[in-house]
Amino acid sequence: MAASMRRVVLDPLVHDNPIALQVLGICSALAVTTGMQTSVVMSAAVVAVTALSNLSVSLLRHRIPGSIRIIVQLTIIASLVIVTDQVLKAYVYEISRQLTVFVGLIITNCIIMGRAEAFAMQNPPLKSLMDGIGNGLGYAAILLVTGAAREIFGAGSFWGIPVFPLAAEGGWFTPNGLMVLSPGAFFVIGFLIWILRVFRPDQQEAE
Amino acid sequence: MKSARYILGFAAAVCLVCSVLVSGSAIALRERQAENAERERRRNVLVASGLAGAGEDLSETDLAERFASVRAVVVDLATGAAIPDADPAGVDPVVEAGIAASSRAVEDNPARIRRVENRSVVYLVEPGGELEAIVLPVRGQGLWSVLYGFVALEADLNTVRGLTFYEHKETPGLGGEVDNPDWKALWPGRRVFGADPAAPVIEVARAAAGPPEEDPHRVDGLAGATMTSRGVTNLLRFWLAGNGFGPLLERLRRETAG
Repeated sequence: MAASMRRVVLDPLVHDNPIALQVLGICSALAVTTGMQTSVVMSAAVVAVTALSNLSVSLLRHRIPGSIRIIVQLTIIASLVIVTDQVLKAYVYEISRQLTVFVGLIITNCIIMGRAEAFAMQNPPLKSLMDGIGNGLGYAAILLVTGAAREIFGAGSFWGIPVFPLAAEGGWFTPNGLMVLSPGAFFVIGFLIWILRVFRPDQQEAE
Repeated sequence: MKSARYILGFAAAVCLVCSVLVSGSAIALRERQAENAERERRRNVLVASGLAGAGEDLSETDLAERFASVRAVVVDLATGAAIPDADPAGVDPVVEAGIAASSRAVEDNPARIRRVENRSVVYLVEPGGELEAIVLPVRGQGLWSVLYGFVALEADLNTVRGLTFYEHKETPGLGGEVDNPDWKALWPGRRVFGADPAAPVIEVARAAAGPPEEDPHRVDGLAGATMTSRGVTNLLRFWLAGNGFGPLLERLRRETAG
């Protein structure tokens, strides 16, 4: 039991990563990973929403009428996202301003609906909660690596603290403008998927 | 297959629980959010007026201390008169501009502002009771987005003391450089008006502009961001003229003269 629980949480990190293998949730991953701080807050928000939506859907799974299950899941997810957005606005105002609409757009993040429909509807609450946390963390892992790479190469800093002395301030490092723009995230995520699939050939798609 | 009555009942129950959750959190956190927004607004006013650095980390007490010499005043834009019984904290000019009852339509203008609020909030910097600077909220279209900011004028109501933008979605690295402290440092000392105090002539130039003494009405444009630069010119000219804060500036000028 304990071992299977651990697999539920850890599998989505590398083995079955929602972004890298399933290629879900890409749009927010491109938009919010310009720096570490926004990546961390966005990750925390997504983990909270996937975990709680999986838990509540699983608790209700025997009662939800099949004919309206999708809209019920969506209502639950939308409510959780709004609450999360409110909490961010109250406690991390500065960062929530940078995340702008992307917190609200967690509603449309395929990972969350996908897990609610594919996992929480068939599994008991605790296991669903773990699956939600696991998938949230899988998303978070990619976000954090991308955020770190983009901030270091795009701004020469990490968590707002300078790591490379900028050419504009008398140092040697010229920030890579591409990294700051959304396409930069495509390259970083592409490289991540490449690296992952070199070490895990089973993830490679057949030609 | 569940009965139709069960399905409707279930849907109603889910809606009820979710709406209680959402409205409950919104109400419980409202006060904190309003405080955050007010703090952010104050910080930006301080930055525009030069009382705080752009990236400076201000504690609660710093903020209160530095804001002590600043007085927020609600003004009627059309007449420029103060509205003394209105609470500045309760007035959000941007929100009021979006409501027909509290705003008026203006003719086409390069800043692409369609409606102007009837009343706005301005900030008077008066250490020791004397007017030292006035901070005015401004906004206008850049390339992709509306730029929101504050411009601070010295007591002569002509010389720029500072300019800051707190919200925009311009291209990072190009138009987004309106945030750049080096560029903002070019502003203090420039003059908004030429001979005519009703027609602002300040301009973000395409060619290089000299220091304020040589080039009082022009500021160096942002490289690679012609549209954003033009947007800054347009919005400043709009808000400092008749449809914006023109009547207020006119009234203040008469007061100081008399």
